[in-house]
Amino acid sequence: MRSHLLLLVLFSFFVSLVFAVLTKDDVREQARFGGLLFTGFIVAAVVLGWLMYPFPL
Amino acid sequence: MRATAAEQTQTGGLVLLCIAAWAVPGAGHLWLGRHSKGVLFLIALPVMFLVGLALGGRLFHIEFAEPLVGLAAVADLGIGALYVVASALGYGAGDVRAVTYEYGNAFLIVAGLLNLLVVIDARDIALGRK
Repeated sequence: MRSHLLLLVLFSFFVSLVFAVLTKDDVREQARFGGLLFTGFIVAAVVLGWLMYPFPL
Repeated sequence: MRATAAEQTQTGGLVLLCIAAWAVPGAGHLWLGRHSKGVLFLIALPVMFLVGLALGGRLFHIEFAEPLVGLAAVADLGIGALYVVASALGYGAGDVRAVTYEYGNAFLIVAGLLNLLVVIDARDIALGRK
């Protein structure tokens, strides 16, 4: 697997899953918090990626 | 003040629990009866570690000459027995030319760090803080 986006999604999924299960005890709260974290990871990565786009690094 | 025999036994049990939780991801939660959480950690963290190895990530070894490598090694070691087994079997040499090398390192390092958080969580549950 060499797709950066897929690897980002996979990484975000695992980290969100573990954080959600660690911090919340109720299944509904886990799903809500995990979903929020996962969305946050993806949105932040895409936004930061576009913000960095003009810079010739 | 001296600790009583019961306190010492409890402390010994806590140390054993932490070692088990470190060695096998989720073992601490399983020990404490948190079966659903334990099984989830038992699956998710090793899978994350194996994905890291499959992506060509490197298992760092502690080197005092290179502080950042040493820190990465400490994080890698957080995954417990898997680190030892994978190293012994010759996995985790890392292919720096691979496109996914850094991704592999991120998966390996974060899997180890997450397992350390899981150990701390198991300790807190054992101490009645959660």
